[in-house]
Amino acid sequence: MRLSSGTIRMIIPAASLAVLLVAVFYMQPRAMSYTGLNLLFNLAVPIALATIAQMLIMAVNDLDLSMGTFVSFTACVTATFLQSSPALGVLILLGAVAAYALMGIVIYVRQLPSIVVTLGMSFVWGGLAVLMLPSPGGEAPGWARWLMTSKPPYVPMAIVASIVIAVLTHLLVMRSSFGVLIRGVGGNARSVERAGWSVVGVRAAAYGLAGFFGVLSGIALVGLTTAADANIALRYTLLSIAGVILGGGEFVGGRISPIGAVIGALTLTLAGSFLSFMRISPDWQIGAQGAILIVVLALRLLLNRLEKRENNR
Amino acid sequence: MTIKKMLLASIAIVCVAAPLSVSAETADKKIALSNNYAGNSWRQAMLTSWDKITKEAVSNGVVAAADAFTTAENQATEQAAQIQNLILQGYDAIVINAASPTALNGAVKEACDAGMVVVSFDGIVTEPCAWRIAVDFKAMGESQIEYLAKKMPEGGNLLEVRGLAGVSVDDEIHAGIQAGVEKNPQFKIVGSVNGDWAQDVAQRAVAGILPSLPEIKAVVTQGGDGYGAAQAFAAANRPIPTIVMGNREDELLWWKQQKDANGYETMSVSIAPGVSTLAFWVAQQILDGKDVKKDLVVPFLRIDQDNLEANLEKTEKGGVANVEYSLEDAQKVIGAAM
Repeated sequence: MRLSSGTIRMIIPAASLAVLLVAVFYMQPRAMSYTGLNLLFNLAVPIALATIAQMLIMAVNDLDLSMGTFVSFTACVTATFLQSSPALGVLILLGAVAAYALMGIVIYVRQLPSIVVTLGMSFVWGGLAVLMLPSPGGEAPGWARWLMTSKPPYVPMAIVASIVIAVLTHLLVMRSSFGVLIRGVGGNARSVERAGWSVVGVRAAAYGLAGFFGVLSGIALVGLTTAADANIALRYTLLSIAGVILGGGEFVGGRISPIGAVIGALTLTLAGSFLSFMRISPDWQIGAQGAILIVVLALRLLLNRLEKRENNR
Repeated sequence: MTIKKMLLASIAIVCVAAPLSVSAETADKKIALSNNYAGNSWRQAMLTSWDKITKEAVSNGVVAAADAFTTAENQATEQAAQIQNLILQGYDAIVINAASPTALNGAVKEACDAGMVVVSFDGIVTEPCAWRIAVDFKAMGESQIEYLAKKMPEGGNLLEVRGLAGVSVDDEIHAGIQAGVEKNPQFKIVGSVNGDWAQDVAQRAVAGILPSLPEIKAVVTQGGDGYGAAQAFAAANRPIPTIVMGNREDELLWWKQQKDANGYETMSVSIAPGVSTLAFWVAQQILDGKDVKKDLVVPFLRIDQDNLEANLEKTEKGGVANVEYSLEDAQKVIGAAM
C-alpha cells in the first residue's frame, strides 16, 4: 500500500513527537508517570491555544506578530480585572476579541500588510499590559487555577486539555462550513467572493476567533502560573508560528491542520525539556532548538517534492 | 522563661548541635541552580562564583551535585518549564534567580509539593513555600542620596538613570531614591531616563535628555549605567557631575582614572554576584534540617574612595566587583534573621 502525501503530512508531526517522547522517557524514566507527563506538558496547553490562534490567522494568509504580547495582555487582564471584578474583566476580554475582528477588517479593507499592523498592535497590547501591571503580580481567578491543576483520573490534565483542544478545533475548522470558508479565503479569496460570500466577514470572523483563542491561552497560562507579568508570554509569537509550521501548516494557501498545530506545540515544549535533560549548555540550546526545527522543515520540503511529483503524474 | 534561661538553653543547643553540623546529612543531596539569563557581566560572574564554590563543596562531599541550568531566553514561561524539568530530574533543592517574582509561582508550588526545597535570590519569587534571599534594593537607592547629602550639603539637581521598565528591581531602587530625596529636599530630580542597566543604552538615553537639562550636580544610577552616563556628559562637553557607580569594572576603571587625574570623588554600590553561593549554602543548611526563616536579607557591596584600588584589583576585566560567601557567612545571615 502506498501512503498518500496527505497522510504523510499528518504522520510527520506525530512521529516527531513520538520520537522525542521516547527519547525523553529513555533519559528520564521518572517522566513516565501521571505527574511526570503533567509536568512535561502542562505549560504546552497555553502554547497550544496560542498556536491555534496563530493558525486561524495563517489560514487567511496573514501572520500575527502580536500573539505573544496579546497573550501577555489577556494574562494580565485575567490576573487583575477578571479576578477582582469578573463582569468588567469579561467585558475587557470581549473588547479585545472585538479589536481582533476589527483588525482583520482594517487589514483587508485598507489592503495593509498584516505583519506591519500586528507588529504595531504588539506595542499597543504590551503598553496596556504594563499599564495594568506595572510590576509583576495579580492573582489567578480560583476557577482558572482549579481547572489547570485539576487531576482527572488516569490521564493527566495537560493531555486531556490538548486532546479536547485538538478535537474541538478540528471539528470547527475541518468539518464545519465556516471552517471551509476560512480555508477557502486563504486558498482562493476570489472564488469565495464569486460564490457570494463576504470575504471581509469571513476574515473578521477568523481574526475574532483567533482573538478568542488568544484570550483562552492567557487564562490557561495564568491558571498555571498563579500570577501574571506584562512580559509573561513574549515567546509565544515565535512559538505559535513554529508550532503551526511544525504541525504541517503552510504560510499561504489556507493549508492548516488543527491537530497538527496542537502536536506542533507539544513537540516544541518537549524539545525544550529534551535539551535540558541532555544537559546541553544554554549557549547551544537556542541553536539546538533551531536544528530540530530545520530537520522537521527539511522533511517537509521533501514532502512537497513528493506532492508535486504526485500531481504531475 | 527568663531571658537568662533562654540564653542558657540556646547555648546548650548550639553546643549539642555544632559538632553534628559538619557536612552532615546532605552528602547524598542534589542541588540545582535555575537561572534565567546569562547575557551580562554580572550574571557571568554569578555563574562563575557558583561553579567555583559548588565544585569545592561537591569534592568535599558536602553535597552530591550542584548543577547550573540557564534558560536559553530570558522568559518566565521557559524558566517555569525548566523548573518542572528539574523536578522530574529528582533534585532535592532548587536555587532560583527568577525571571519574574510571580510568573513562576505555579512551577515553584509544584516543586514544593514534590518535597523540594526552593531558595530564590536576587530575582526572588513570591510563592510562600519558597525561601527568599533578597537584597534591600530600596536601601541601596536611599544610600546613594545619603552619600550625596553628606558630600554636597547644599544639594542641587539630580539626573536619575533607571533600569529596565516593568522589572521589580528597578521599581525598588527608584522608590529608595525617591524616599531619599523626600528626606533631603535640597535635592531635586530634574530628569529621569531608562538605561536598562547597560552602558550603551544609558549613554544614548542620557545624551538624548542632556540638552534639555539645567546644571546637574549628581547622577543617581542603578548599576551598569554609570560609565555610559559619564561618556554622555563628556561628549556633550558638560562638566562631569558626581556619578554614583555600580561596581562594574569599566565604571571602577573610569573612576580610578578620574581620581588620579583630578581627584574625582564618588561611591559605588551594587550587589555582589557571589550571592548565588550564599543561596547555595542556605539551601544546603535547609536540607541539613536547619530551621531557616523564609525571608533573609543580604548586604550590598559598597565601594568608597579609599578602598577603590583594592576592589578594582580584585575585579576581573569586564567583570563586576564580587564577594563569594562561605558556609559561615550563610550561617551568620541565617542567624541574623532569627
